[in-house]
Amino acid sequence: MVLKIFFPQCCNKADSGLLVGHWLPGQDSAVVLAVIHYPFIPGQVKQYIHQIRGQSGVDLAVLGSWSMPKEGQEGMESFLRELRTIFPQGRWLQLSREMGKIGFTSGGEGKTKEEKTGEEGDKVIFVHYEQRKVMLSQLHPTDPPVPLTQSTSELRQVFGTVSQSESLFFLDKYDDSPVKLTHWQSEGREGSIIVELMKQASTPVCLLTAWILVLWTSLCNSRSVCLGRVLEPSETLKANIFMSFLLDVTLGLLLIYWLYRENRVGQLANALLPAADRVAKELEELLQWLMGAPAGLKMNRALDQVLGRFFLYHIHLWISYIHLMSPFIEMILWYVGLSACLGLTFALSLLSDIIALLTFHIYCFYVYGARLYCLKVYGLTSLWRLFRGRKWNVLRQRVDSCSYDMDQLFIGTLLFTILLFLLPTTALYYLVFTLLRMVVVMVQGVLQLTVDFINSFPLFALGLRVFRSYTLAEGVKFSVLCEEPGTPLHLMMDINPLKFSSVVQTYRTATYSCYPKDSWLALCKKLFLGELIYPWRHKTTKID
Amino acid sequence: MQNGEHFGMEDETYTDIDGKAISLECQSHSGFCREFTVSSAKVSISRVMVYTCAVWMTAYIIFFFTEVDHETLLVIGSLGVQVSSSYASGRESTDFIEMDKIKDIVINEAIHMQRVIYYLCILLKDPSDPSGVSSVVPLFQSSKPRLNCLVKVYRSCQEILAKC
Repeated sequence: MVLKIFFPQCCNKADSGLLVGHWLPGQDSAVVLAVIHYPFIPGQVKQYIHQIRGQSGVDLAVLGSWSMPKEGQEGMESFLRELRTIFPQGRWLQLSREMGKIGFTSGGEGKTKEEKTGEEGDKVIFVHYEQRKVMLSQLHPTDPPVPLTQSTSELRQVFGTVSQSESLFFLDKYDDSPVKLTHWQSEGREGSIIVELMKQASTPVCLLTAWILVLWTSLCNSRSVCLGRVLEPSETLKANIFMSFLLDVTLGLLLIYWLYRENRVGQLANALLPAADRVAKELEELLQWLMGAPAGLKMNRALDQVLGRFFLYHIHLWISYIHLMSPFIEMILWYVGLSACLGLTFALSLLSDIIALLTFHIYCFYVYGARLYCLKVYGLTSLWRLFRGRKWNVLRQRVDSCSYDMDQLFIGTLLFTILLFLLPTTALYYLVFTLLRMVVVMVQGVLQLTVDFINSFPLFALGLRVFRSYTLAEGVKFSVLCEEPGTPLHLMMDINPLKFSSVVQTYRTATYSCYPKDSWLALCKKLFLGELIYPWRHKTTKID
Repeated sequence: MQNGEHFGMEDETYTDIDGKAISLECQSHSGFCREFTVSSAKVSISRVMVYTCAVWMTAYIIFFFTEVDHETLLVIGSLGVQVSSSYASGRESTDFIEMDKIKDIVINEAIHMQRVIYYLCILLKDPSDPSGVSSVVPLFQSSKPRLNCLVKVYRSCQEILAKC
């Protein structure tokens, strides 16, 4: 069997000592977490390991011995072998490295002597990993935290072991304690105030602000060492929402600055009234065109005049209403513009509502046209059935044959003919107003999509991916380190960061958005039949 | 008017029937000999060159970012298999599959466009069905080597997979 040893890079140059780590259950592998240096008292070491085991929940153990002899330090080999008797284990690793050479040699002793003799021993693979990065990273797809059982994959077990052994990394060889360890913390510390702040951070709010500060400092400094914690996925989501909100408010404040700097609000208000007038005039011209011979089609004169005059009067009312409101518009707009300090999304939603209010007459026209058309179409279908001698059975929800009386047939046919010949006129009005309404709906839809985008964009996760790509890990990469003859295989394990598209997909915050429930086909069918279309219907409201 | 003298260039601009600008040049060689030249706007060669260069540069940039330079398969016994492709821009995309998930590495036949080709692929285990295959990861997709190359890689991989 091949023995795999996950060795941290920070311990490559550590002084001789004991290896502390964890044997992965079910696999033939061991994760080395730290090296305990001489001098030590075995009893204290055992006590310390027992304490850490209780705190972290990881089954720590002394894996073996590590020897890197310096000049003048000879005779360690026999001492190291004797250590085995002090720490009785099933397997004992003996890793040694000589100055100047890059590879390690190992002498692993199995439980029974027979395994060792006859071959050169177990085949060993050394996998070097960067301890700090592996500790802080999160393997995606993130599963709910499970205990490190046999069934989880090997890599997940390695990542889980390192991240759960945080309590092991508190003591260092520079601390004044009975046990002197070497791990990633020994690689150099920057005692900055921010690091101390982060050590005290315990609530999510402090964590969030501290992370933002860390991001800023990592932008300013090229390298910052900090005692970070592994970010749980829920914390990342909270951070995303917080950052989206910040971005929103920033954009809103920018908008306010731009709007109020040169009294653009006043200009906007002054431009609004002529714009509304212009829209009304265009609509009037459109109606006059429809009342004539639009696109060369010949309309039914009487119905045409009725509908046209009705809509024209409606527009006239609308224009009077707008003129009535004109003195107040500037003030209203001024206060509405101020509300953008609550965020750009707020301003955009308000804009969408203002557009809805200003185009209210188009909405009314659409409803009138649609109702008329719908009535006509239903009448036509029902009378068509009568024409063929059939009837709609409401009880059975199907079409049955039916024998009508003579006068029923006569009146039915008459009405059918009337409705049929009036159909083009109504259809044309319906078509024109539906198109106008669709334009307004599309404008509102674009605004809504923008609001959704700003709300759901995972800015924090993307920032993490750009600046600290090792925290979001999709997998690992291996590369073979230089080989020397006679030494076992050495591999370097790097973290393969998540792709940007996966980051956006995984960390998109769900927004309360109402997307249209109808497919395109259902929409076309509704349009054809003249049913009213409600684009922003929520699931809870009932359709009347 | 002397021989070879041009008329004064009229300030009036002329256009052809499509509206494109043209210029009229009148040259009087002698009292009874005149030459008129009508010339239309030249297609400047520099403009053509610029457009051609732009098109080629765009094509080259697209090539630079999407073309695969080399593909690597790293088999580590009892750890897993790593598949990586490196692009002309230096970017590398890597994927690592653990040994527990790998059922086997085989050479498979496929119909690709109008041909039948051989390709090397990794069969992944199905967690619910121990004897089934959940998915297939094809290797060397951009290079598409032939059978002799694939057989060599296959034999070598099988040696390692058999050991662990």
